[in-house]
Amino acid sequence: MDEAKDQKETKQLTGEKTEVGLVERAKETAGALKERAVEEAKTYKDPQQTQVWKSIFRVSHERSDPRNRSLAILSNVFLHLHPAKINRDAVRYQYTWGMGGITFYLFIVLTFTGVLLMFYYHPSKILAFRDILYLEHDVPFGKLLRNMHRWAAHLMVITTWLHMFRVVLTGSYKRPREFNWCVGVVLLVLTLLLSFTGYLLPDDQLGFWAVTVGTNMARATPLLGHEGPFGAQLGLTPYNDVRFGLLGGSIVDANALLRAYIWHCIGIPLVASIFMAVHFWRIRKDGGISGPAPVMLESEMKVPKKK
Amino acid sequence: MENPKAHSRRNKLIALIVAVVLIGLFAYSVQDWHQLWKIVSAPDNVPIVAMLFLVPFFTWLGIKQAIQNDHLIGDLETDPKLAKTHHRKVEPWRPGWAKELHVWPYLVRIEFLAAVIVTVILYVWSITLNAPLEEPSNPNLTMNPSKAPWYFLGLQEMLVYFDPWIAGVVMPSIIMIGLMVFPYVDSNPLGNGYYTIKQRRFAVGMFGWGFLMWISLIFIGTFIRGPGWIWFWPGQTWDHNTVVFDRNRDLNEIVAGWGLTFLNSQPWKAIFGAIVVGTFYIVGGLFFHWLMMRGPFRLRYLRSSSELRQWATTPGQFERKLLANTSLLQYLTFQFFAVSVLLAMPVKLFLRLVFTIKYVWVTPWFNI
Repeated sequence: MDEAKDQKETKQLTGEKTEVGLVERAKETAGALKERAVEEAKTYKDPQQTQVWKSIFRVSHERSDPRNRSLAILSNVFLHLHPAKINRDAVRYQYTWGMGGITFYLFIVLTFTGVLLMFYYHPSKILAFRDILYLEHDVPFGKLLRNMHRWAAHLMVITTWLHMFRVVLTGSYKRPREFNWCVGVVLLVLTLLLSFTGYLLPDDQLGFWAVTVGTNMARATPLLGHEGPFGAQLGLTPYNDVRFGLLGGSIVDANALLRAYIWHCIGIPLVASIFMAVHFWRIRKDGGISGPAPVMLESEMKVPKKK
Repeated sequence: MENPKAHSRRNKLIALIVAVVLIGLFAYSVQDWHQLWKIVSAPDNVPIVAMLFLVPFFTWLGIKQAIQNDHLIGDLETDPKLAKTHHRKVEPWRPGWAKELHVWPYLVRIEFLAAVIVTVILYVWSITLNAPLEEPSNPNLTMNPSKAPWYFLGLQEMLVYFDPWIAGVVMPSIIMIGLMVFPYVDSNPLGNGYYTIKQRRFAVGMFGWGFLMWISLIFIGTFIRGPGWIWFWPGQTWDHNTVVFDRNRDLNEIVAGWGLTFLNSQPWKAIFGAIVVGTFYIVGGLFFHWLMMRGPFRLRYLRSSSELRQWATTPGQFERKLLANTSLLQYLTFQFFAVSVLLAMPVKLFLRLVFTIKYVWVTPWFNI
C-alpha cells in the first residue's frame, strides 16, 4: 500500500506521467471528501452536541437528575434569581397568588411596549398628540401597542395592591422581612408615579387635566408650595415653588411634557429597577418566600421579661 | 338539634334572597341607566370595576385559608400531644415526603404559565378595548368633571374633606410612612407566613379598614362624583346645571351659635380648634386602645347583655400578652398613624357629608 503511494508521489514530483488520469484523481479526492462530509454531518444531526450549542447552554436538559435540575437554575442568568430548591408548599399559588411575579412580568411587558412606543413619539407640544393619532391609525399594530401599554399599566397597579394585600394577610412583613416591606412600599409609590407621569404624554384633555389637578396639590405643599401653610412667609411664589420644579414652569406646558416624558421613560424606571433589584435580592437573603409556614401557637409565644 | 347541613342551606338561601332584594332595590332606584353604563364602561374605569370583583374574591380566598389554619391552631392548642408531632400545616404531608422541591421545573413552569395567561389577558383586553384618547389638550376648556387617574381618585376625593396641603401632601406622606412603620409597630410574633385571623385580629382588621377606606374613596370618586364634583348617586343623571346649596360652616361657628359668640374671633377660634383636635386625638387613642384589647367577639353576645358587657370591659387574655410585648414607642407610633389616618378620614367625611362642617380648626395660617 505504502509503496504504491510512494511511487505515485515520486511520479508526481518528477513530472513523470502516471497511468491514472487527472479526472480519475479528482473523482477519487471528491469521493473521499464526500465520505468525510457524510461522517461529519452525522454528528450535526444532534444540534445539542455541537460546539456552538454547548458554548451557549452549559447544561443538558435531557437528563432530569437532581444535579441537572439544580444546574438549570444556577447556571442561567435569568433563572438564578431562584434558589435551586424551595419548600414543597411554596409553589402553592393559592397561598402566594403569584402577584409579585406577575407585577414584575408586567414591568417587563411595559418596558418592551414602552420602548417600541418611544420610536413613534416626540415629547413636544406640536407633535405629541399627532404622534398618538399616527400611532393609532397608521403604524402597523400601533393601536394594539398603545392599548397594551395602557392596560398593562393599569393591571400593574392592581397586581401591586393585591401583592401587598397577600403579604399583609399572611403576616409576611414580619421579622426578618420588615425592610423588604419598606422597599415594597417605595416600589408601590414608584408604580403609581410611573403610571401618573405616563398619563400626560398623549397630551389630550384627559391627561392634561388629570395632571393639572394632580400638580395643583403641589402648590399647597407645606413650606414648599406658594399656597401651602407658611409658603408665602418663606417667599415662595408660583415661579419658584415645588410645583414649578415639577412642571418646569408655572403651567402644564411643553416643559412639563418633556419632564413627564423623561421621568416616565428614564428616571423612574431606573430608580424602580434599583429598588426591584434590592427587593428580589432581599427575598433570597431573608430566607425565600415566607410560607406557607408551620403555624405557631399562642402558648409558644414568649413575653419578654420587664427589666 | 338541627341538622347543620340544613342550617347552612337555610343561611345560604337567606343570603341569596337578601342579595336579590338589594340588587332589585338598586335597579329600581336607578333613574338613568345610560349614565350608569357610561361610567362603568369608560375604558379607564375598567380597572376599578375589576377591583370591585377582585378585592372580594381575594379577600374570600385569604379568609378561607385563614379559617382552615385557625381550625388547625384550635385543634393543636387543645391537644398538646398532637402539637408536638403534627407538621403544623393544612397542606398534606406524609413522613418520607421530600421537604423541598426542585425549582426546575416545579416553580418555573408555574411562572411560565402565569406569564402566558397574563399575556393572553392583555392581548384580549387590548384587542377588545381601546385606550381612551380625548380632544387635544386645551388649557382654555376645563374638563368637568376633571378627574385624576382612578388610583389617585381617593386623594382627589379627600380634597372635599381636607385642604389641599393635607389631602394632597400630608395625608399621602403619612399613609406612605404609616405603611412603612407597620412591620415595626406590629409586635405580634404569631401569624408569620400563614393566613390567620384568630392570631392577628387587630392587625388584619386595621389594614383591612385602611384598604377598604382607600377603595371606598376611589369608588366614590369614580362612580358618585359628577360635574362640579357634586354627589350623584349611581344611576342619577350627571346634570351640569346642578347647584348644591350646602351651608358649609366651621365647627366654631356652630358652637358660637349656641351663645358663645367670642368663638367667632381669633385667637379663640384657634384655641377652640386646638382643644377640639387635641380631644379628638385623646378620644381616638382611647378608642383604638379599647379596640385592640378586645377578645374574640361571638354573635351570641348580642343576645345577652351581661356577656356583651363582660366582653366590652374585660381585656382579652391574648391581647394583654400582645400589649406586654409592645414597647411604648411602638404603641404611640401606631396610635399616631391610626388616629391621624384611619380615624380622622372617616370622621371628617362624616362631619362634612352629614353635618356640612368644613373646618374644625381655624387658624390664621392653616385650617383643618
